[in-house]
Amino acid sequence: MKNILKYTFAVMAIGLVSCDPEFDSPVTDEGFYTSGTANLSKYVAVGNSLTAGYADGALYITGQKNSYPNIMAQQFAFAGGGEFTQPLMNDNLGGLLLNGTPLTENRFVLAVDANGNPGPVRLAGNSTTDITNHLSGAYNNMGVPGAKSFHLVAPGYGNVAGVPVGAANPYFVRFASSESATVIGDAAAQNPTFFSLWIGNNDILSYATSGGAGVDQTGNLDPTTYGSNDITDPNVFGLVYSQQVDALTAGGAKGVLINIPEVTSIPYFTTVPTNAIPLDAATAGALNAQFAAYNTQILPGLVGIGFITAEEAALRTINFSAGQNFPIMTDDDLTDITAVLQGPPFNLPASLATLLGQLRQVKSNDLIVLTASSVLGTTPDPSNPQGVIGVSIPLSDQYVLAASEQARVTAASTAYNATIQALAGAKGLAYVDAKSALASVANGGIPYDGGILTSQFVTGGAFSLDGVHPTPRGYAYTANLIIKAINDTYDATIPMVHIGNYATVTLSNN
Amino acid sequence: MKKVLLIAVFALASAVTYAGGYRVSLQGNKALAMGHTGVAVVNSSELVFFNPAGLVYLEDKFNITAGAFGVFSNIAYQDTSSGANARTDSPVGTPLYLYASYKATDWLAFGLGVYTPYGSEVKYEDDWAGSHLVNNIDLKAIYIQPTVSFKINDKISFGGGPIYVTGSVNFNRNLNRTLTDLDGNRSNVTVDATGVSNWGWVASTMVNLTENLHIGATYRSEIILDAKDGDATFENVPNSPLTPFADTTFDASLPMPAEMTVGMSYDFLDKWTFAFDFNRTFWDVYESLDIDFANPAIPDSKNARNYKNASIYRFGMQYDATKMFTLRAGYYFDESPVQDGYFAPETPRNDSNNFTAGLTVNLGEHLQIDASFLYSHFKEIDASYNYYFENGVAVPFSGTYKTNAFVPGLGLTYKL
Repeated sequence: MKNILKYTFAVMAIGLVSCDPEFDSPVTDEGFYTSGTANLSKYVAVGNSLTAGYADGALYITGQKNSYPNIMAQQFAFAGGGEFTQPLMNDNLGGLLLNGTPLTENRFVLAVDANGNPGPVRLAGNSTTDITNHLSGAYNNMGVPGAKSFHLVAPGYGNVAGVPVGAANPYFVRFASSESATVIGDAAAQNPTFFSLWIGNNDILSYATSGGAGVDQTGNLDPTTYGSNDITDPNVFGLVYSQQVDALTAGGAKGVLINIPEVTSIPYFTTVPTNAIPLDAATAGALNAQFAAYNTQILPGLVGIGFITAEEAALRTINFSAGQNFPIMTDDDLTDITAVLQGPPFNLPASLATLLGQLRQVKSNDLIVLTASSVLGTTPDPSNPQGVIGVSIPLSDQYVLAASEQARVTAASTAYNATIQALAGAKGLAYVDAKSALASVANGGIPYDGGILTSQFVTGGAFSLDGVHPTPRGYAYTANLIIKAINDTYDATIPMVHIGNYATVTLSNN
Repeated sequence: MKKVLLIAVFALASAVTYAGGYRVSLQGNKALAMGHTGVAVVNSSELVFFNPAGLVYLEDKFNITAGAFGVFSNIAYQDTSSGANARTDSPVGTPLYLYASYKATDWLAFGLGVYTPYGSEVKYEDDWAGSHLVNNIDLKAIYIQPTVSFKINDKISFGGGPIYVTGSVNFNRNLNRTLTDLDGNRSNVTVDATGVSNWGWVASTMVNLTENLHIGATYRSEIILDAKDGDATFENVPNSPLTPFADTTFDASLPMPAEMTVGMSYDFLDKWTFAFDFNRTFWDVYESLDIDFANPAIPDSKNARNYKNASIYRFGMQYDATKMFTLRAGYYFDESPVQDGYFAPETPRNDSNNFTAGLTVNLGEHLQIDASFLYSHFKEIDASYNYYFENGVAVPFSGTYKTNAFVPGLGLTYKL
């Protein structure tokens, strides 16, 4: 009996010990997924807000956790990837403080107003991330929101003293290794075995989001003279970009370079229609009557004296009709006719001459930025109901990215992308055509297991509430693009993620 | 736009799932050791469950037997396309049974049984890849069955009785694949109902073709557990009119399907018994699980199950080794009621091969210790659940599952 009992309990014991069911080939086994010829053990991501996981107009913890480098690092872990650290913010509000004083705003959330209409609002609350609380150690995610290409090689970009005067970046201040550190230096000092570099977006984006308020600096090779909204000279870009690639590959690291998408792929430029002004026939007729002299006498007159071309006169002609209309705007690319209108033969009063100075109607090939939606059609002076922005008051130039301005953006980004692709080829690095991929999202969308990912504002799923930065789902899509390029280039088999598992916009009523 | 968002959020919220294939065949240590056969085996008061008609043929005037099992079941999941993987950390299930029989006269016996034929206890790590279908579930049903058994003659007897069932369910899942509060905590719902009860019945017959060859048949009726006013508790829901998931009550129905068993046993070579049972479980009653939330702002949850009737083939042997020891072994093949495309992770049951063994130790005339052991082997299977919807689009949850179960059991029998 003893033996039988012994045997029985032995069998039971073996059973209990080997309880865990085992797959024939578990995904967690070493070798199930491979990194091919790449070594993912130390991955460092370099870039701007996109790399940082910035979304909804702010950097906050859950956004950072859904940054494309962090998503990739989790997948890298299946193929020999190591730990991936990020300079996490202190909260999910997202605002920055400098010595207790708010420096940047909190994130957007989607709130429903009293009328039941959802829209983005800034999340209320006192943010707790003070940039003077310096984080120690090096971080795998070296994404610095706001950084342009040349900023990554600029010493002092993380010096808190430079923040108030715009010479330093508050996000880099938090984790720069020293006051004189450069982003690229801190990245290279980590001796990455693998890196990603996605930089250059802000070299055109701030120009575009400011409605072309900056200057196209093509031809100016000194970036220290650039304003914040200027377009970076492509040669400057090429020079600093190759410095960065050299620094990151100096230790033999493999990596991936990502190119610059078109601004027309993002909802910040595609949400507000160019003909956003509804007018009835009577109002349109009255407005046309007001502009009749301008259209039929002043403009031909200016052409007659050779002050503007016939082409410009045609561009400046104002015409309203019943239905949807293009708003009037100020375009600083037009000839300024304020002074000449005040002299003979026009002799217009200064106020009217100023109004007409650089006036035209928005054209269908212009882009109106997202922030114009809170301005267009409003009456800034409550005592003057006739003073409607877009109808009788021109929309400021900052709200419109004119076709001429778009051309500058496109020219610069095309040049940047040529540099990026050429360097990827020359160095044998993986290359991601984010430009084409985002264009696909914007034009028809990308099917996934739960719908179609589009760039439609709020509902499309790809873009967060600032209209510029992706949602977690958009970042997951990006991570998959990059993983695919890595797999193709390095014969790796890193698994992709299901983008449907990643969230879109965050709902919250304050 | 609001409407679009509402639809988006609500559609995501409609996939509460309950256990599938939640039959737990552990109704006696003696029977389990023989592959859970017993519809035609006359050896103990476990007959209250297996075949009440057989009670009248028990030799002793009074029999009482009770026991318990420890269910160590494990589920591993992986998705090779994304690398997602998970393992359950389910608590040890403890099905119980208690049977008593009293032979009033030579032709009439009474019995009482308390047993737990349906239940499920599965716990995944919270927020795992399939958390929109289930995080954890605990389903319990206790059957209480008074029984009468009478024989027409030594060849044929009948038995049966009413069954009172009381059950409870506690189930948690995330509302969808992505919804969180501001801090990224996943929005989830727990539905909880206790003291859900209903009545059913059992009827059976046993025929002794010869002194050594017995056949039996038992039918246990379907019992629907209608949960009324259970508690639905929502957690980590964003503060937004677009997600109006306030705590509420719910109604839901969960069927305990009917089961038909026919089988035989044959005594040979003096000390040996061979038994065969065939079970048919009428799972087709489980078409869909619908959860009706009391709050009209919260859409009801409809979840296709579409189970099919399933069979189990059981084989058992018993050997009276010595006066002190009776040894048993068995095997059964358990067909899954889950159809292709309905493979939900709360009870990922594919067909299984089951191996059993056990023994009885006779401690004197009156007392017995019964021990048994079951190992359930499931093949690795690629499967999916295709009836979870987001924005009206089916989002299959697929992957590879590997499950197993180890069940040791121990019981006591006392007879007079």
